[in-house]
Amino acid sequence: MPDLGPHAAFIIGAYAVAFVMLGVLTLVTVANDRKQRRILIELERKGIRRRSAAKPPTPRVKMTKSKPEKAGAKRKPARARKTRS
Amino acid sequence: MIMSLANPTRFLSLVSAVVPWLTALVVILLGTGLYLAFFVSPPDYQQGETVRIMYVHVPAAWLAMGCYLVIAIAALGTLIWRHPLADVAAKAAAPIGATFTFVALVTGSLWGKPMWGTYWVWDARLTSMLVLFLLYLGLIALWQAIEEPGRAGRAAAILALVGAINIPIIKFSVNWWNTLHQPASVLRVDGPSIDPALLTPLFVMGAAFAALFMLLHLLAMRTEILRRRVRALQQTQVEHAVLVGA
Amino acid sequence: MSPALALLVRDVKLAWREGGAIGVALGFYLVVVAIMPFGLGPDLNLLAHIAPGMLWVALLLAALLSADRIFHNDYEDGTLDVLATGPQSLPMVAAIKSLAHWLTTGIPLALMAPVLGLLLNLPLDAMPLLVLTMLAGTPAVSFVAAIGASLTLGLRRSGLLLALLVLPLYVPVLIFGVSTASMAIVGPGSPWPPFLMLCAISLASIVLAPLAAAAALRTAMR
Repeated sequence: MPDLGPHAAFIIGAYAVAFVMLGVLTLVTVANDRKQRRILIELERKGIRRRSAAKPPTPRVKMTKSKPEKAGAKRKPARARKTRS
Repeated sequence: MIMSLANPTRFLSLVSAVVPWLTALVVILLGTGLYLAFFVSPPDYQQGETVRIMYVHVPAAWLAMGCYLVIAIAALGTLIWRHPLADVAAKAAAPIGATFTFVALVTGSLWGKPMWGTYWVWDARLTSMLVLFLLYLGLIALWQAIEEPGRAGRAAAILALVGAINIPIIKFSVNWWNTLHQPASVLRVDGPSIDPALLTPLFVMGAAFAALFMLLHLLAMRTEILRRRVRALQQTQVEHAVLVGA
Repeated sequence: MSPALALLVRDVKLAWREGGAIGVALGFYLVVVAIMPFGLGPDLNLLAHIAPGMLWVALLLAALLSADRIFHNDYEDGTLDVLATGPQSLPMVAAIKSLAHWLTTGIPLALMAPVLGLLLNLPLDAMPLLVLTMLAGTPAVSFVAAIGASLTLGLRRSGLLLALLVLPLYVPVLIFGVSTASMAIVGPGSPWPPFLMLCAISLASIVLAPLAAAAALRTAMR
């Protein structure tokens, strides 16, 4: 690295601030992304999934315990999703 | 291309495919840019070594403005074409734009201290950047204040367009207010007045920042799509529990 | 009476009879201007120098204080929904309500400015021009504030959010408004170019702001 002259502290400082800020932004972005993906996987593990994720309906651990009829239970959330979007 | 991306699932698989390549590109460009900025670029004959701050300051300022442009275009997408990803794109871009604006402000003030002898002068360009930062803060605050995503997206789109119309007026009035400012020197009709030896590192760093913006923007868009899915699923889960319980 | 005029008269009457509304804005204006010398010192030369800027900034804050009322009451009690389905287009409704805000807030504040100017040692011969710039600039203040009011309709802490959204947009109004007055007091140059710019900004916001406000009202009422 060349000699940065009398203002070296300002030059290094500017680069440090820029890279720390952008680094923090990157870390936060990646962390949020991971977090949402983890929650989604967790929900899917519980058997709650999107209508369009076409998979055979897995038995619902929590929801269908008291009621055996899956078909009606399956339809409801799909309609609820549609009205919102 | 843009319309075929309207399907969020297709968009997500595209993001997954692009992210590794984009990450590699960012690393390479940033590495090259830093090498050029510190080891190859000669000191400026007037500003000396301090000119090296330009290689982070100016690209950050470019990206700060470019990011608002992305938000404004996405706002048109939300209000006119009702593209389903437009408001996701705008929402994901705002914090990134605010960060780039903040970086431009801080590096500008660190550049100003050796050059002008003070950390802050009400120079036209710095002042415009400050106002841009305030506009970003307003956008982010509006998004956080409205809970319903549909209304939040449309309200933020309207605010973004109002801001986009105002930015040239603000810029003009600030320039008029502070006529002491130096003329823009990179993008001029008669060609750049900066020496090419200083220009190459500037453009490489600019490309690096632009690639970083694209990477972060895609990631943040993916996060936002996933967040909405989670929100929808959790709501159906609650409705479901209520239904079953009843 | 045309529907537009009827709505305008109704809004002005409501603002007038509500009491408080106009009085609070004027009182706030007085308080802000009155405490500033305690922060700056009683040096009359300094105060005269910065008086136009202080009066303008205080005016913006006082006008914003009442801005979230432009649509709020009508939104709460459902009048806005009736107006939206009525014979007038929504941008027209937004324009009339902004105009009512200007008549009941902008004009009183502008007329009070010279009185406060006395406290700040503002030269007497600059006062007519100051009032003129404020009368020319406050339409932009009211109409742009209506955008913020419609965007933050029904939200928690809407007043604070409104100020955060709208104040940056007032930078041009502030610059040209203050420049006109200070050009007249200390120079250098003619006060008319910035005054004409101020008029241009006001006219543009009278035309454009109701469109944005109406779009925002639609998102809020959906």
